[in-house]
Amino acid sequence: MAEFINQWGDAIWQGFIQTMQMTVISLVLSVLVGIPLGVSLILTRKGGQAENPGLYAVLNAIINVIRSIPFIILLFLILPVTKLIAGTTIGVQGVIFPLVVSCAPYVARLMESAMLEVDHGVIEAYQSMGISTTKIVWYVIIREARSPMILGLTIAAIGLIGETAMAGLVGAGGLGDLAYQFGYTRFQPDVMYAVIIVLIVIVQIIQSLGNAFARGLKKN
Amino acid sequence: MIDIQHVSKTFITGKNKVEALKDVSLKVNKGEIFGVIGYSGAGKSTLIRCVNLLEHPTSGKVLVDGTDILKLNRAGLRKLRRKIGMIFQGYNLLETANVYDNVAIPLKLEGVPKKEIKARADKYLRIVGLTDRSKAYPSQLSGGQKQRVAIARALAHEPEVLLSDEATSALDPTTTDSILELLLKVNRELGITIFLITHELNVIQRICDRVAVMEQGRIVEAGTVVDVFTQPKKQLTRQFVRNESNFKIPDEIYKDLLKTGELVSLTFLGESAKDPALATLARKFEVLPSIIAGGIDQLKDQSIGNLLVHLKGETGQIHDAVAYLKAQNIIVEKVTG
Repeated sequence: MAEFINQWGDAIWQGFIQTMQMTVISLVLSVLVGIPLGVSLILTRKGGQAENPGLYAVLNAIINVIRSIPFIILLFLILPVTKLIAGTTIGVQGVIFPLVVSCAPYVARLMESAMLEVDHGVIEAYQSMGISTTKIVWYVIIREARSPMILGLTIAAIGLIGETAMAGLVGAGGLGDLAYQFGYTRFQPDVMYAVIIVLIVIVQIIQSLGNAFARGLKKN
Repeated sequence: MIDIQHVSKTFITGKNKVEALKDVSLKVNKGEIFGVIGYSGAGKSTLIRCVNLLEHPTSGKVLVDGTDILKLNRAGLRKLRRKIGMIFQGYNLLETANVYDNVAIPLKLEGVPKKEIKARADKYLRIVGLTDRSKAYPSQLSGGQKQRVAIARALAHEPEVLLSDEATSALDPTTTDSILELLLKVNRELGITIFLITHELNVIQRICDRVAVMEQGRIVEAGTVVDVFTQPKKQLTRQFVRNESNFKIPDEIYKDLLKTGELVSLTFLGESAKDPALATLARKFEVLPSIIAGGIDQLKDQSIGNLLVHLKGETGQIHDAVAYLKAQNIIVEKVTG
């Protein structure tokens, strides 16, 4: 055991850091894109506060198209754009952009469905009080939906961890890459098992934190 | 205060056209409680939602305090809406905010100064009797308490009009009474005009000054509650009123009684209730009145007495007796089983 940790401890630690970097940075950027996108979806949809069937159809289509492409394909498909935006197509820096492109529409969908759960009557009550749509979005819709939104982000975060495994293909490293390179390609199953255990622990922690946070925000 | 003129509203969903309102006109005076009653699907809800433009009329005009609200721009409409409070059947509170914040947040969003928010929230929570629950969340409250929070939230904007969209329909009878009591207090003590819709006659009876009866998007009858109650003209109105004060007499008894005379229903209100009309009847005419059933309907400012009376005697005498009763301002209706 001690020998194993001696030999692989550093590599696993480094993989952990890379995975966390990719996940956290991509998640933050995906939220920054995904929440406004989700809000746009609920506002422009039929019966929304800024009903706009054309815009809704366009946003809806874009999200569906991106979500149809498996991440591993998307990663290569948008290489030129990645190069343009991130300056590189390799390493952690080179994988953040494709991760965000893949994750943001997913976050948008999760946020949309969370926000759709907000009782329409409450929104109407605030409209009847003469409160502007912008304020209703912030203080009514997002406020009331915050608990399912957190659960949605938890799902997105765990999904991202899975996608970072493929980032190894562009040399971004991370735990998934480690398990693949050593565990699978070089027949060292103990490395693979160790990495799997670390991943399980990470996912458990994220899910538990998400659940606890969401419960705390729910208030009922 | 509210002047609805020839308002129609047509909903189009796919190929279906639903005319929810057909040329509806009504006026709600300042300071009164005006109720619209009708079965579900009659268009009441659409009508009340036209007053603050949660629903846009297809045609017609809506004036609130003299302003043509259909001509207002966004900012104008927002300003107008602040003068109109609204409460709903489903309460529509923020589940994630406690009682105090449910009242305070809308004020904050409106830009009311902080000190003022606290003063108003405290004041109106006191008026609705929820001061000691201000830290509770809606999920910890009963239906009646939630509606009180909603009323406090509406009042905190210090509106001139309060719209009530079936506010008591989800509540049990006792709680309904206490909410109606509160609405009456709001109307009398704060001078707020109330426009409400309901399918419960009890609500109209207890607190309304005037009433309109709606059916299939039209107003079929309107007037003071006393008039509509004592002399319903339309079939639907009768149905509503009768449901409330129906004397359920077995058919057998009806038949027996009709053999020996006539059955009449007498409605007394105000002064006419004070004279001993039936006793006089027995003395003046060759008619023996006997009371079969009776009851009192309590209206907002007045009670209405109802008696089902059997008049035993000859047809001519009964005819004269009925004429006498009518002369005493008693509303007489023949009952034929």
